[in-house]
Amino acid sequence: MASLTNLNPTSTDLVRKKKKSSASSSSSRRTIADSVSDSEINARWRSEKQQRIYSAKLIQALQQVRLSSSAVSSSPAAQKRGKAVREAADRALAVSARGRTIWSRAILANRIKLKFRKHKRPRTTAIPAITTVVSTGSSSSNRSKKRRVSVVRLNKKSLPAINRKVRVLGRLVPGCGKQSVPVILEEATDYIQALEMQVKAMNSLAELLSSYSSSSSSSGGGSALPPPPI
Amino acid sequence: MSNRRSRQSSTASRISDDQMIDLVSKLRQLLPEIGERRRSDKVSASKVLQETCNYIRKLHREVDNLSDRLSQLLESVDEESPEATVIRSLLM
Repeated sequence: MASLTNLNPTSTDLVRKKKKSSASSSSSRRTIADSVSDSEINARWRSEKQQRIYSAKLIQALQQVRLSSSAVSSSPAAQKRGKAVREAADRALAVSARGRTIWSRAILANRIKLKFRKHKRPRTTAIPAITTVVSTGSSSSNRSKKRRVSVVRLNKKSLPAINRKVRVLGRLVPGCGKQSVPVILEEATDYIQALEMQVKAMNSLAELLSSYSSSSSSSGGGSALPPPPI
Repeated sequence: MSNRRSRQSSTASRISDDQMIDLVSKLRQLLPEIGERRRSDKVSASKVLQETCNYIRKLHREVDNLSDRLSQLLESVDEESPEATVIRSLLM
């Protein structure tokens, strides 16, 4: 219960890790770590383990939201609380990313900013200087790299449109509004997978909670997770 | 720290065709709309990027909706109820 009052995400992270390691055997931890390092970066967010880690962080974050907002229970607070949950969920996601990506660092940095100045962060609409310089020569014939069958067509004429879209994309990925084209694309690739995992984790948590609340009044309700050990 | 980074990269970045196609292909694989299509179907980079934006927006909406739902669910959780026990047990 002591960890619930801890508001620092990184330190709760540490607390959790400590708890995990003491709970699970060290041998199982090692094998998981090995499989993570072996797996491709793309699979990072798709593992069940990652979802479990995130779910734990999410639940922890939600507890904090609950604790901090339990005093206020008026009707406008409900909307605020939805937002607080959203922020907590995003922070948990960023912590799960362990600062390896720009988007996750941006989410965490944004929170610190919010702590000091309470107003909303101004949306940067400034157009970042992105110029995509394409190598001269025909695009498809002289590939220096191994000839992979590409699934994407790159039309030279649509480059300005592509740039525009990358910029829009950059604004959708936290902290990437002013990044370069390759960075935005890479961050977006990671961010999408993190979001997918987030949706999955939040969905199963919502299902779990609602199944419990329905099973307390009536019977039934599929249990996605094992029952609580008492 | 992100400030320094963004300043660095705001200088014109150079990216080759291959690099661009590679990065966009990776994105395409993630998109439910066009990632599942046959490999032989070539999709324009522009289309992939458009779909990527749409997909992120969709995911954001889902997270928003789920946040509201979780918020409501948590509100209905009584400290002594089985749900609270579940939450606690998950935290331990």
